[in-house]
Amino acid sequence: MGEVRTRTDVREICDLAAVIDVTGEVTAKSGPVLMSAYEKAITQGARRLVLNLGGLEYMNSGGIGILVTLLIRANRQHKKLAAYGLSDHYREIFELTRLEEAITICDSEQNGAHRHGELRVSP
Amino acid sequence: MTERTGPEDISATVPTKRSVRAENPGTAGSAGTTPTGPQPRDRGRWAAKVDRLTVTPSGSRGANVAGRRLTGPVQGFGKMWRKTYSIEVGTGVSPKEAIAIWKEHFAEFWPEGSRFEGPLKGIHPGEVALLDVGIGGGMKLSTGVFVLYSDEESFTLMTPQGHMFAGWITFSAERPRDITTVEAQVLMRANDPIYEIAMTMGGHRKEDQFWVETLTALARYLGAPPAMVHARTVCVDPRRQWGNVTDVWQNSMMRSLLRTVTAPVAGFARRRQHKE
Repeated sequence: MGEVRTRTDVREICDLAAVIDVTGEVTAKSGPVLMSAYEKAITQGARRLVLNLGGLEYMNSGGIGILVTLLIRANRQHKKLAAYGLSDHYREIFELTRLEEAITICDSEQNGAHRHGELRVSP
Repeated sequence: MTERTGPEDISATVPTKRSVRAENPGTAGSAGTTPTGPQPRDRGRWAAKVDRLTVTPSGSRGANVAGRRLTGPVQGFGKMWRKTYSIEVGTGVSPKEAIAIWKEHFAEFWPEGSRFEGPLKGIHPGEVALLDVGIGGGMKLSTGVFVLYSDEESFTLMTPQGHMFAGWITFSAERPRDITTVEAQVLMRANDPIYEIAMTMGGHRKEDQFWVETLTALARYLGAPPAMVHARTVCVDPRRQWGNVTDVWQNSMMRSLLRTVTAPVAGFARRRQHKE
């Protein structure tokens, strides 16, 4: 266990969508960091949040639990949550845990941001 | 000590033997995948993806597990709960040692009346264990669990369709100060309306008791001085998922009950067929 090794960066990609770049580790201890990034994104007005997991180096089952908590929080606040940048390894874990049934997996942040035709991404 | 909290404040930041195996044994990201970046450090700790569970050899005991899909807390029917049980086990054992012992003797710490048939090889990603859990009134729930994740300081079990709950149980140990603490954390929803009612009518209390007894037994085995199990329950999602109401058809408790009730008739039919 030990210290938190999760880093996040929030980027607004259009009026209603934001990307949260997640790098390093996602474990049970990542909760405060991820929730803080989430709060920052919705404070900026994002209705759709796209997790960029391309920089993920390590995730344990506690980390998956934190993603579920994030998902529930987003659902309760009527926000959409998507993810992109997953390696084959992490995509398989999303499928194994059936998280991909609730968090849309996209090929790019643009797809994640305007999936279902809800939002338009700024050029 | 038990602490129970209502629905999580969404505006707050969380401070917070049959050897049996699933289809496609192995580890995630092994054959058939093409990693795009550096090798993740968790490779080999996760089970490989499975669509449906298999039980070998097949038989009536594994009937509630074979062919079932796994269910996480995203699936299921009832309210979502996160229940955390922890106990201090002293200074004489490291987190790694505690988890190694827990894995090796996992079934021995279960309360009386419940039975866990772990895989012959121990708790490794991708393995399936059958279990009987006493649910009161002399009834037993026959189901199973899947080893989702395992490393030196934690392991996680995931439940199949028909189990009382859809979710994960993570067992871990850590040493934030000088004392090692072991923990069981359940993230779950009742799998269907029958289980949801059962959980409300004493199921949660029974589950609390189950994990308190398990952790107390583990602490005793590890030579820890008598200590209290700390329990914390948080309602992560107060909504019920009515779209999953049909999961009731997979209910292992009802199927086990039906199998028990019809067993004499089935036995008579078999004997008669044998005579003919």
